[in-house]
Amino acid sequence: MNKQKNRLIDHIKYSVMIAALLVITFAPTGQVKAEFGDVVINNYSDKAGMPPVVFPHWFHRIRFRCKVCHGDLGFEFKAGGNDINMVKIIDGQYCGACHNGEIAWSIENCNICHSAPVGTPTQVHESTLQKLIKPDQNKTEDKK
Amino acid sequence: MRRAVNSVLLITLITGLSFSYISIAEQQPVRKWKPIKDDGIHDPASSAIGVLQNPAEALSVLPPDTAGNQVNWVKALRDGHIKPRTHLNKQGKLERLDTDIIMEDTLEMPNVLFPHRAHTEWMDCASCHDHIFKSKAGATPVSMFDILQGKYCGRCHGAVSFPLTECDRCHSVGKKRKASK
Repeated sequence: MNKQKNRLIDHIKYSVMIAALLVITFAPTGQVKAEFGDVVINNYSDKAGMPPVVFPHWFHRIRFRCKVCHGDLGFEFKAGGNDINMVKIIDGQYCGACHNGEIAWSIENCNICHSAPVGTPTQVHESTLQKLIKPDQNKTEDKK
Repeated sequence: MRRAVNSVLLITLITGLSFSYISIAEQQPVRKWKPIKDDGIHDPASSAIGVLQNPAEALSVLPPDTAGNQVNWVKALRDGHIKPRTHLNKQGKLERLDTDIIMEDTLEMPNVLFPHRAHTEWMDCASCHDHIFKSKAGATPVSMFDILQGKYCGRCHGAVSFPLTECDRCHSVGKKRKASK
């Protein structure tokens, strides 16, 4: 009788182990992710004593097709690949095409864009490259 | 014998339950977005915190996806959940192309289907042609090595459009589906 009981307990143990394995293997992780596609631009910010800029792609693509900025406004498809500075923005180029107080809020709201911690390198946040390669290598890649 | 049958039944039951749990989870993916203050790139001390919109507020109402922003952007646009402008100051028309391009040079991976339609809903012909891709199908030496370094498809995919770890979204047609000549 005791033997039978032990066997039954063994069966239950194994079944639970298998079930647990299955759940671990297939269950969604539900992990929280930082936002895919956010671009940090730090071409000049650090040197100018300003926090680097965070550009949220998700916010902008709700409002504009890709081609409006990457086409009509001349943004290259490359983080840090656009020689953007505040003079150009005030002149209505790049971000300044919208951020002029007419289409979107104006440039006196410095800290809304310049909102990354000082020293954050230029990058595409959460990009496949960033996730597959060590962050250090990614930094040098982006600086090119 | 009975015990063996019982344990097999038990295992089957538990397996079945786990799979049904998985399918339920797949139907209703748990989507979470980090608030701006905890996302790792905004300075928590910045005065932008509290002014900037949190992703969850905007993205949770859009059609779900499992990767990237966890939003199916193509569906969001097609179904009218979002109406991104085609031009800076107006809503106009874009030149749409429906042609699918099949790429066969994929070694052991399934062939790639590139749908012009999904891309021309967001972009112009000039966005990619001819400075990234030549207009003639097969004339551009696309490779995963280059894509992973941000060239060709990798200009957008992996950075803004769905990540490069979603292999089967592009490698989506078997070896039998050939490019139309």
